[in-house]
Amino acid sequence: MGIAPLAFYLFAATVVVSGFLVVVAKNPVHSVLWLILAFLSTAGLFVMMGAEFVAMLLVIVYVGAVAVLFLFVVMMLDVDFTALREGFVRYLPIGALVGVVLLVQLGFVVAKWTASPGAEAARMAPAPDPAMRQNTAALGDILYTDYFHLFQLAGLVLLVAMIGAIVLTLRHREGVKRQDVLAQMYRDPAKALELKDIKPGQGL
Amino acid sequence: MIGLEHFLVVAAVLFVTGIFGIFLNRKNVIVILMSIELMLLAVNINLVAFSAHAGDLVGQVFTLFVLTVAAAEAAIGLAILVCFFRVRRTIEVADINMMKG
Repeated sequence: MGIAPLAFYLFAATVVVSGFLVVVAKNPVHSVLWLILAFLSTAGLFVMMGAEFVAMLLVIVYVGAVAVLFLFVVMMLDVDFTALREGFVRYLPIGALVGVVLLVQLGFVVAKWTASPGAEAARMAPAPDPAMRQNTAALGDILYTDYFHLFQLAGLVLLVAMIGAIVLTLRHREGVKRQDVLAQMYRDPAKALELKDIKPGQGL
Repeated sequence: MIGLEHFLVVAAVLFVTGIFGIFLNRKNVIVILMSIELMLLAVNINLVAFSAHAGDLVGQVFTLFVLTVAAAEAAIGLAILVCFFRVRRTIEVADINMMKG
């Protein structure tokens, strides 16, 4: 067995096992850590497929931002997670049933599909030879030209998400000293300064 | 040799694991959100696998957008969760009925 199949089976087994442990782990903190492992192994799979940019993006965005966000929230909320696991066994059979049915259906699809004869000609952006133009550069070539509007819309989605998250979680506490910019700007020397003539040897 | 089908099988198993997780953790919103992340990850594997197989870069471009939406969804979802926890001191799904919907 060559190095490529070995790496594939290693990454694939890690993805599947850690994905399963995400949903069955008792402690949500462990769930997040398994999720990080699943993301990292998926990045390995992406590298094997030649999609280096998406793989690195997965490590930066998913592991660096999303998973850490989950970790923060899980650790900050003071929730009794054992109470949330009630009914775990009760829903196990129905969940397993739905999962098996769906897996069989997906298996049919995977086993029995063929590409249409016109698929080769219908490609929107044929990938250049990796030896000539690297994956990241080739993606940039089409992302900043053909898909520029979609790219900007993605930025807009992130902006709206950022504003929404801030608006949702920001709360103004009473009785906290904070900076009042207008009050600072409208101050003038007459209100802020007072000159006193102090006689020597006396004091105020 | 590792072909397209191998990656599709991994993606299918991961997707089903995500759905299984939603059924299994019906009370815990955080784990449900994590299961949704797993399902989106499976979809991304599918997109990249077909992109690599067909030699078409558009699949990878679309993966970028799925990634963006997933990040936005996680941020908003967790913000709502934190907000809800402040009001009700619980994150149980069955308790989310204040709007009587």
